Amino acid sequence: MTVTWATHEADYFDRSEPSVPGAVVLDEEIAPRAGWSAVVRAGHVFTLVDVGGNQSGDCLVFDAADHAERYSVQATLVAQRNAYLVDGSVLLSNEGNPLMTIVANEVERQDTIGGACSKESNTLRYGHHTRFHHACRENFLLEGAAHGLGPRDLVSNINWFMNVPVEADGTLGIVDGISGPGKRVALRAERDVLVVISNCPQVNNPCNDFNPTPLRVIVTDPGEA
Amino acid sequence: MTTDAVTTDPTIDLGAGRRSGTATLAQARDDARGRADISVEAMPYLPPSSSPHVPAGVDPAALTWAETVAGPGYTHATVARGTRIRLEDVEGDACAHVVVYSALNTAERLNVADTQKIPWQAYLGAGHPLLSGDGRVLATIATDGAGGHHDAFCGVTTLAGNASRYGAGEAHSATAAGRELLRLAGTKEGLEPRDLPPSVSFFKGVRVAADGALEWTGAAGAGASVELIAEMPLTILIANAAHPLDPRDDYTVTPLRVHAWAAAASAPSDPWWSATPERTRAYLNTQQHLLVKGIR
Repeated sequence: MTVTWATHEADYFDRSEPSVPGAVVLDEEIAPRAGWSAVVRAGHVFTLVDVGGNQSGDCLVFDAADHAERYSVQATLVAQRNAYLVDGSVLLSNEGNPLMTIVANEVERQDTIGGACSKESNTLRYGHHTRFHHACRENFLLEGAAHGLGPRDLVSNINWFMNVPVEADGTLGIVDGISGPGKRVALRAERDVLVVISNCPQVNNPCNDFNPTPLRVIVTDPGEA
Repeated sequence: MTTDAVTTDPTIDLGAGRRSGTATLAQARDDARGRADISVEAMPYLPPSSSPHVPAGVDPAALTWAETVAGPGYTHATVARGTRIRLEDVEGDACAHVVVYSALNTAERLNVADTQKIPWQAYLGAGHPLLSGDGRVLATIATDGAGGHHDAFCGVTTLAGNASRYGAGEAHSATAAGRELLRLAGTKEGLEPRDLPPSVSFFKGVRVAADGALEWTGAAGAGASVELIAEMPLTILIANAAHPLDPRDDYTVTPLRVHAWAAAASAPSDPWWSATPERTRAYLNTQQHLLVKGIR
């Protein structure tokens, strides 16, 4: 079977608008399966729109001035004593400092346990026939390289719009999403941060509803309404 | 001060202070050499076969590493494939924060997300693989004598966090942050702070409630142990430091014992090799990765 990933403009797409009003600093669409990165300045608000619904946006965050200080899922979860990201969650660095704060969120819970897909882990999860499927780790490495980052800088990430429940016996996994077209999450940068996104190309599990769709990124400056 | 005053409290730096005159070089040399008679709880045992705590069933001559790690304290090593590493919670309040790397290429390191996602299981226990981000097994938890009192969600404490909570978090303090200790351990293996990914913790348990709340389940008790198998030439960093969710007001950590010996890497006959199809493929990837390098 030959599989192709054509990008179709669908009538159900909803590009929404910024969660927090302000002067638009940046407004870009991340094509399905592509990587993206930009520095978001302190005080600016980063809105990510799930244009087609249930499209995982894998995300890493670094201190823009010192990439060795970066998002830590473990510090973040310890501080909030909870495994899921919700409105008000503060993304902490590996040194325990605030990088970004969720200021608006339209999905019940956001995942930061499930990690990123990779060509390598795909072979474990789905079989060796998936070895040449594109993956988030590829996007992270390519986007990261533009900022001097490499494999040593890849840590556990956030998966916006992905659903990873943990059951009582510890069973966890990626199940059908609870997002939808036009749903948003918005974060205020607490310092200048480098945000790296992989618009997840995975087609072997429901994290993209088996149909990669675009994401829209809007950065606003609330101080310049 | 005489050796009678030497404490076995592992939280106190064990410099024994002035013992004799040291005004001349001869006196100072005699004084320094005379200190070697001090024996404390937390110390390495050399040669490893001389360990006073050889694990049951292990040939002392096979030991390659024997040490009791202070709490707080850290240790690290690069070990051969097939090394069996036993960690023991001697008194019931050790917490071994562990990061592992392929010694062939330290950019290949523990990936906690994959370690939970690939086995479809968030909680660590016997047979659980510690996976890299490269689709391979770095180490396997061969035995769990701690009843699952482990954690892959919370990682280590930070300098800032411990300064806020206990008044200090520096490596030289009695309330050292786990991250500060891992930084030092990593530095001595040629690694930098950016090389510290999320870690796993042995001997302190955490469970996730239905609403996502992280719940502390504490320790298994004195004598709890785990044994790891190095599936590759492996660099291992171990920090013995209080767990981030430890609810006690006082920073509490007791000694951790480490023994390692030459044994065998996992094979298809081991039950965890075929416990799930994902794990089988992880071992096959590891096997081929080493095979093509000529490493058996």
